[in-house]
Amino acid sequence: MFGEGTAARGAAASIAGRFLAGFAKFVTAPRIEWRGVAPTARQRIYFANHSSNGDAVLIWAALPGAARRRARPVAAGDYWLTSKLRTFIGRDVFRAILIERRPDERTDDPLELIGEALTNGDSLILFPEGRRNDTEARLLPFKSGIYHLGQAHPGVELVPVWVANLNHVMPRGEVVPIPLICTVVFGAPIEAREGEEKDAFLERAREALLALAPEREGS
Amino acid sequence: MTTPPELFTLLLWLFGFLAVATLIGEGLARRISPDGTHPTIENLNARIRSWWNMVILIGLALLAGRTGIVILAAICSFAALREFLTLTTKNRGDHWALVVAFFVVLPVQYVLIWLEWYGLYSIFIPVYGFLFLPIIAAFRGHSENFLHRISETQWALMVCVFCLSHLPALISLEIEGYEGRQIMLVAFLIVVVQMSDVLQYVWGKLLGRHKIAPSLSPSKTWEGFVGGILSSSLIGASLAWMTPFSAFEAAALSLVITMMGFCGGLVMSAIKRDRGVKDWGHLIEGHGGFLDRLDSVIFAAPIFYHLVRFFY
Repeated sequence: MFGEGTAARGAAASIAGRFLAGFAKFVTAPRIEWRGVAPTARQRIYFANHSSNGDAVLIWAALPGAARRRARPVAAGDYWLTSKLRTFIGRDVFRAILIERRPDERTDDPLELIGEALTNGDSLILFPEGRRNDTEARLLPFKSGIYHLGQAHPGVELVPVWVANLNHVMPRGEVVPIPLICTVVFGAPIEAREGEEKDAFLERAREALLALAPEREGS
Repeated sequence: MTTPPELFTLLLWLFGFLAVATLIGEGLARRISPDGTHPTIENLNARIRSWWNMVILIGLALLAGRTGIVILAAICSFAALREFLTLTTKNRGDHWALVVAFFVVLPVQYVLIWLEWYGLYSIFIPVYGFLFLPIIAAFRGHSENFLHRISETQWALMVCVFCLSHLPALISLEIEGYEGRQIMLVAFLIVVVQMSDVLQYVWGKLLGRHKIAPSLSPSKTWEGFVGGILSSSLIGASLAWMTPFSAFEAAALSLVITMMGFCGGLVMSAIKRDRGVKDWGHLIEGHGGFLDRLDSVIFAAPIFYHLVRFFY
């Protein structure tokens, strides 16, 4: 009855999505700020800092309905495909683009998969640091994927998103979240410039994201 | 417990009061801020809109009786604790202590209130929470800022859960000749203390010149303080009909709880100022967070509870 691609599975995914978004909002009562960008449903790459497993869920929940339906997180396949429940949440609820992080296990080129989604008109939720930041540094160095996507899809807006405080709600290794107020700030989009050097672009993207971070931690 | 008839009278008065406030707010908006850009007027009307929602919600809880008020207070405690702990010192070693604070201590406290188990709810957080939460934190082995962390967590629980839970606890007070109507004490406390906040704001906006504590709060003035406390104590006296108190006693109790409410606002402002925020949260339009609205009630409730318990 809940086989892949069936209507029942689709309906279950839609209900589970609402429940997860509601739960994320119940725990974090997020303050959502659109700073220099409107909450519309146009095609975008939302790129965010990554400090907690819940980042993608909270950004997804913070998007208004139409934008949320269009947005697909880019996530680690080696995490999301490990159990039936995770596969259901990752694949059916979030419609995540699942990337294999171990190069020797790969069958597809990750950038190709992501590019395909952009060509289909989807928006992306992307963590350019490539992994969760457990360090004291505010951001890890960016991977180059976002540069190549920006160059290949110049019409897509690149919107920086800062998620604050979620790492305290659910630190690494914990399973029960503690309710704390989180902030999600969407910033003004940056555009990929034709012929721009990779490092210059990544630096610009990094600065656009850092500009949204609160002055002090925990607020 | 049947609904005491006084509750309907009170709710009618409150709706009338809000209707007048809405008319004044709309009139001011039309005259001073026709394009909707005057910050004070817009904030005033946002506050009045939120007041409608709050009065309706509290009114429904009062109509639902003891269980309704216990549930509403528990929800408020949850939201307040969520706001408070967002700003406290904590690290990974506190995770389980905080999970227990939210999902064990808070519900247990309100179950005890609901059971009217005075002997336990009045010591549960000050004794058991006080001793066991640091034990849980210590087992996690992080000593960094330990005293800061456990003290701030304990303070959060005392303010957001323990003190606030004295509001529904009023229903369990036994007062001769007042059986079945204790829920009106809850209404009395909320109305007098919140009315004092409103009137301090109104007097302060109209006449406020001299700031009481400019380093803590820019909006608290001597004019607002004196005007607000006196006028709300008069309102308290005029509400004596719904209490077991005489008009004079109602005025005296009102004076005590509005002073406590004012001081609560001051203490909570000092914390906000230290942590560099203007409001505790953002969920109540025009007011800020739950704690911005509840700070005065939190400081007044236990004192009111024990005064009434001792004298009546």
